[in-house]
Amino acid sequence: MSKIHRQARGCSCEGGTAPFSAVVRIDVRFVIDVQNITKRYGHHTAIDHVTFSVAKGEVLAFLGPNGAGKTTTMRILTCFMPATEGTARVAGFDCTEQPLDVKRQIGYLPETPPVYQELTVTEYLTFAGRLRGITGPKLSSALDQSIGRLELGSVRRRLIGNLSRGYRQRVGLAQALLHDPPVLILDEPTVGLDPKQIIEIRELIKSLAGSHSVILSTHILPEATAVCQRVVIINKGRIVAEDTPEQLSARLRQSEKVSITLKTIPADCGTKLRAIPGILNVLPGQAGGSFLIECELGRDLRDEIARVAVSNHWGLLELRTVSMTLEDVFLQLTRHEDHLSDPAEATVSMAAAERTDA
Amino acid sequence: MMTPLHAVIAKELRGYFVSPIVYVVGAVFLLIFGLLSYLYVGFAGAQAIQLMQMQGGMAQINLNDLVFRNLFASMRIVLVIILPILTMRLFAEERKLRTFEFLMTSPIRINEIVIGKFVSVFVIYLGLVGLTILVPTVLMLFSDFDWNPIWTGYLGMALLGALFLSVGLFASAITENQIVAAFVSFGMLLTIWLIAGLGSLFGDTTSGRIISYVSYMEHYERLVRGLIDTGDLVYFGSGLALMLFLTHRVVESTRWK
Repeated sequence: MSKIHRQARGCSCEGGTAPFSAVVRIDVRFVIDVQNITKRYGHHTAIDHVTFSVAKGEVLAFLGPNGAGKTTTMRILTCFMPATEGTARVAGFDCTEQPLDVKRQIGYLPETPPVYQELTVTEYLTFAGRLRGITGPKLSSALDQSIGRLELGSVRRRLIGNLSRGYRQRVGLAQALLHDPPVLILDEPTVGLDPKQIIEIRELIKSLAGSHSVILSTHILPEATAVCQRVVIINKGRIVAEDTPEQLSARLRQSEKVSITLKTIPADCGTKLRAIPGILNVLPGQAGGSFLIECELGRDLRDEIARVAVSNHWGLLELRTVSMTLEDVFLQLTRHEDHLSDPAEATVSMAAAERTDA
Repeated sequence: MMTPLHAVIAKELRGYFVSPIVYVVGAVFLLIFGLLSYLYVGFAGAQAIQLMQMQGGMAQINLNDLVFRNLFASMRIVLVIILPILTMRLFAEERKLRTFEFLMTSPIRINEIVIGKFVSVFVIYLGLVGLTILVPTVLMLFSDFDWNPIWTGYLGMALLGALFLSVGLFASAITENQIVAAFVSFGMLLTIWLIAGLGSLFGDTTSGRIISYVSYMEHYERLVRGLIDTGDLVYFGSGLALMLFLTHRVVESTRWK
């Protein structure tokens, strides 16, 4: 576990090509650069020496269970609250020393959509624009653009107080995008949306990648896989892993897994399968006739397994590789953190995750 | 040019007119002002009839003394009760509905937020006070009186109102519960009122004068009597500045919690 952690910290400058990037700490390529920030509320430590950075145009997901410190980190980055220790810089400005400059660079969607119920959508967005110093024709074109982007045209003259949760969430997002900021910080952007809207918002976030740096927090794992280039898993205020979604699952996989389903279940199939060189273990799956086969890392034995099944007339119905989803990785990492003293627990949880997957 | 400060004022004014608070508070305020005027004019009339019976012929009654001074003096307690209702939502609602975070992460300074909110509620208040000019205007048709003490009385109402509103703004900043905010500002205003009583207990000594100075009573009293004293203007100005400063500190400190 600690190895992964260390590697994760090391890879914060992974996206770079310049060889000196590791030497120069404040790097212009990083739009967001967070160094060792800690936030304490009295005796409670909400986040503990968190270090990460986001390059220009990158989409980073903050993944973690509730109360892990995602919102606190975002609040520090948006200058809503200062960190107890450490430095956070956004677009080269320090969050404690130049808060106004930082705020101008950021579009922020807090946990609860920050909407005024007594205003109409247009009035609210006008207010948000004026707060950021956008006025006149620039404001009306920005307004039209963000209303169009989030499909709020049909409700633009309605009071926000009368809108549903999904619309309010989208109004909140429209507010964050209004001034086309280089940095977007979105705290659970798809909460309260219906599945169609979730897909649309994910598409929107994907379309922002490249030109905008985005940090989004979520506890919905497919979301992170769908839209983000990099995932930071945070648990109990500490970063437990940081990498691309694929790398993360690959790194935690200890063996290749293949699931097969057979029509007839011969008694000797376990022994016959184990006889194939490279197969480590054969476990019975959930449904009758299905087996989970563990193979040596880096070997694809599907061909051999199929040949054995067909030549023995077992009636091969299904054969597929099982990859560890981000969900498994997440559960494993966060559970492992909780039970550092008991490694057996982590193995159990991993097996459990596989069973649900198979 | 629409600055962020203007944006805050415009948004707050809009918020007031959408909510029922302004209409209810305004209606009560105007009703009481009208009722008090009617009562004092009635008393003045009764007094005039008495005088006529005693002296015979037309009696000259002084509306400034009999009506307006009493009217302005009575308005103090009305303002103590209703202005906290007008200010209670200013920060408390933002915090309750989590729009406070939006405001605090927008590129606007805290003093712009505080001043914007104060100016908006003060404008509402001045509008209400402005409507009451109807009363002296109507009375002017039937009687002669000196307008100057009326103008100083209105100046007093404006300054006293500004001070009360700034106390209310401060109370609203310390809590996210509007009822608590209203009650805290009501309590603070009543306490400062009673300090005047404490001052008179000490009599005309140095400490007595200092204690009385802290209360708004004597300062307002002089303006209602038609006296414009720089000392009184300084009192209201510095009281307002102090409350706005304290509000700024409270709003700033919420970031650290």
